[in-house]
Amino acid sequence: MSAQPDALLPFADAVATFDPVLGLEVHVELGTATKMFCGCPTGFGAPPNTQTCPTCLGLPGSLPVVNRVAVESAIRIGLALHSDIAPWCRFARKNYFYPDMPKNYQVSQYDEPIAVGGWLDVDVPTPDGPRRVRVEIERAHMEEDTGKTTHQGGETGRIHGADYSLVDYNRAGIPLIEIVTKPIEGTGASAPEVARAYVAELRALVRALGVSDAHMHQGSLRCDVNVSLRRGPDQPYGTRSETKNVNSLRSTERAVRYEIQRQAAVLAGGGRVVQETRHWHEDTGLTTPGRSKEQAEDYRYFPEPDLVPLAPSDEWVAQLRRTLPEMPAARRRRLQADWAVSDFEMQSIVNAGALDPIEATVADGADPAAARKWWLGELARVANERGVEVGELPIFPADVARVVALVESGALTDTLARRVVDGVLAGEGSPDDVVAARGLKVVDDDAALLAAIDEALAANAEVAEKIRGGKVQAAGVVVGAVMKATRGQADAARVRELLLARLGVSG
Amino acid sequence: MAQPADLTRLTAHDLATAVAAGEVSAVEVAQAHLDRISAVDEAVHAFLHVDTDGALAAARAVDAARAAGERLGPLAGVPLGLKDVLTMQGVPTTCGSRILEGWRPAYDATVTRRLKESGVVILGKTNMDEFAMGSSTEHSAYGPTHNPWDLERIPGGSGGGSAAAVAAFEAPLAIGTDTGGSIRQPAAVTGTVGVKPTYGGVSRYGLVALASSLDQAGPCARTVLDAALLHEVIGGHDPHDSTSIDAPVPPVVEAARRADVRGLRVGVVRELSGAGYQVGVQQRFDEAVALLEELGAEVVEVSCPHFTYALAAYYLILPSECSSNLARFDGIRYGLRAGDDGVRSVEEVMSTTRAAGFGDEAIRRIILGTYALSAGYYDAYYGSAQKVRTLITGDFRAAFEQADVLVSPTAPTTAFRLGEKLADPLAMYLNDVATIPANLAGIPGLSLPVGLAPEDGLPVGLQVMAPVLADDRLYRVGAALETALLDRWGRPLLEEAPSL
Repeated sequence: MSAQPDALLPFADAVATFDPVLGLEVHVELGTATKMFCGCPTGFGAPPNTQTCPTCLGLPGSLPVVNRVAVESAIRIGLALHSDIAPWCRFARKNYFYPDMPKNYQVSQYDEPIAVGGWLDVDVPTPDGPRRVRVEIERAHMEEDTGKTTHQGGETGRIHGADYSLVDYNRAGIPLIEIVTKPIEGTGASAPEVARAYVAELRALVRALGVSDAHMHQGSLRCDVNVSLRRGPDQPYGTRSETKNVNSLRSTERAVRYEIQRQAAVLAGGGRVVQETRHWHEDTGLTTPGRSKEQAEDYRYFPEPDLVPLAPSDEWVAQLRRTLPEMPAARRRRLQADWAVSDFEMQSIVNAGALDPIEATVADGADPAAARKWWLGELARVANERGVEVGELPIFPADVARVVALVESGALTDTLARRVVDGVLAGEGSPDDVVAARGLKVVDDDAALLAAIDEALAANAEVAEKIRGGKVQAAGVVVGAVMKATRGQADAARVRELLLARLGVSG
Repeated sequence: MAQPADLTRLTAHDLATAVAAGEVSAVEVAQAHLDRISAVDEAVHAFLHVDTDGALAAARAVDAARAAGERLGPLAGVPLGLKDVLTMQGVPTTCGSRILEGWRPAYDATVTRRLKESGVVILGKTNMDEFAMGSSTEHSAYGPTHNPWDLERIPGGSGGGSAAAVAAFEAPLAIGTDTGGSIRQPAAVTGTVGVKPTYGGVSRYGLVALASSLDQAGPCARTVLDAALLHEVIGGHDPHDSTSIDAPVPPVVEAARRADVRGLRVGVVRELSGAGYQVGVQQRFDEAVALLEELGAEVVEVSCPHFTYALAAYYLILPSECSSNLARFDGIRYGLRAGDDGVRSVEEVMSTTRAAGFGDEAIRRIILGTYALSAGYYDAYYGSAQKVRTLITGDFRAAFEQADVLVSPTAPTTAFRLGEKLADPLAMYLNDVATIPANLAGIPGLSLPVGLAPEDGLPVGLQVMAPVLADDRLYRVGAALETALLDRWGRPLLEEAPSL
């Protein structure tokens, strides 16, 4: 890391003086069963170098064979992005030496990508609700992933200065789709939010297509953020930096913000932005310089002679087009109408990552408002505590729907329902299991409740007098005492009803 | 029953027949050839590695299968030398390079697997120019192979080891690979038969790539029929090789047996004769063409004007692909590692390894290819070369409208002396001037011996070329010519070679 921290211009000043231009390169690891060019499995987390063969190890003499499902995924992504699917395209070799590259070249696509052009509309959150921005797509192409190096010893965690390095080739050859935007202009101060919204929308898109699980923290969706600044919209583009290692939506936003502030400080000080690759550091919220690209690297691309050209027929493309699911934006519009929620509420749902769980909960019979209350309330709180997305909590939408049903039928109170959900999250089983095991049920025996009410009235004689005197709002104290006595298992509304009747007061 | 000493003189076809009939055991056949290797290979140096135990085990398996009444393949029990550029599980594979010293592949090439499955007995790995770059086998890091006709002369290259092993009766069959003539030119200068099949006709899986778009494995033998039998065993579609053609192997064995050229139109390529061709080579070639006419072929002259640029285009495409293919040899995962002293960086260890592990010719071609692919030069070099390649393919297409097969001398000269052209790469490259066009166009070619040059008494080869997937025509012409020449000579040409 650089010894001197970067000078930063306050963000507001930076975007007041300069016009940011973004370029986003997103790598999506496809969820195919096998690798791009061989039959090795692609599962995440296997012991190092156990998912390898001569081809993905690049052993002398080995040859690649294209994975048809990967090509289908690439075409479907292209179609979903409104790209033109190339009727004929080729793979190319990108030549450079690095120990995580089994062949010292990467099989990729260069000037003949599978998908060209297109766009993706994204909803950028604002205090006034979402604002739609159209991000133009340059291209989408297929390539193979590299192995993963871990550098041991040394101070930087990088290859230089390390005592030794370990390479895991399990990842080598996993199919990737790289989706490159055209320069995104005119975003001004909302550049960080636009970047985040784009990556989020793309993630939703590939998940909807079912081509990738798109987990940023596992690296199955990775984003390289290109940022440059210029003096105004009519000026030529400035020199850009390319920030790598951006592993979350939040990091995408922060990295853009940081680069705008850093570059603005350089330019404001009369300096020159260096064209370079920078690394984002999640912990410190800084980017640090990596490879300088002042001398453009020469990858000596040429058509991969070990593979034949790819010529997707019109019929094949048409058939794949028919497999496209409802796109995320259309789905959001549909659900928003179905659930009758405002733009702003919808934005909250999407930001919380609660769209899928709520939809599933509703599908399991819950009222949309009740489903939303759970996923945006109690469950969002727990997810936040645990640092996971709500969808990753160990509770099924069907469980939530069951809890909602139990509350609606009066079998549980809200308080009890929260305890049931706690139990499910603690791994105690289904809601019904938890209800049974913890003995959680509304005390609906009026006689028992009346006994508790009499006890509470005796203990709160003054309050009882007030209520009798017409101060109905004081009833809460007694109701609270009854609820406490029944350990929350009473229905507060019923308690109140019985209490007022007992005192001869109308509610 | 034949005596073991005679077994090495038999053709592959006769050996397989004898083994199948139980007249001789596969073990006896293997042992006879292993003995021959022991006796002569110190002088010839055709083999880099002799797998005695593996060969005898494979031979025993064939004998056991026969004893069990199993049906044997057409070449079961026949010994073979495998060019050291094809992987064989557990057996050293060096590609003639220091950089792969000690590497034992974890897998069989498809060619190797098919040989094993058909009961062919692999004797060992044959010598070659480093990574198949050369026309003399002098670029092997493990020392040159010597031509059995004259030990002071080169056996051709890059597959000099395979050709010499066959010519020296160390094996009746061998596998070669041909990127620009590496099967055909060694066949020509050793008096043997060599075939480069249609590109995509034989799987490249497990063939350590020199130039992926040009490389093709094929048979080396002493007779056309033997070559056809081997071609049929190794040929055919392989799902592991995307460039492998999904079509049946052309009927090569049937064509070799038919040996009939009546009515066939034979085109003599004007650009592949005359200036630059040794007088005796041209003479034997002309005689062979006349003989084809006598046999009933219709001889026509064809012109392929762009062949003039073939060599130049080839020496841009080959180094370009080779610079990328050879990038993986970096000392990180297998083979030689040099300079790993705990101080040097990974880049320094890679470059130290490559400097120590590659010979001059490999380094020359890597540098040429790296340059040709560089930004700003790509269009002028690699791009232009690909255009020439298209033009050459067009020349062939036009020529094959006038002729069913094309013929030329295989190599411009007979075997030259060891060391003679080592200092002059361009002179060395010119050896392949007649064989390179077929690689650029992906068409098949065969070389067979058509006599000895009067001036030096060394073998001369004639090349037959056919359209893509018409490999059977090569065998038809080759076998017809072979039969007629045998009639004329009274005995095989190799019987003229000095005994070792």
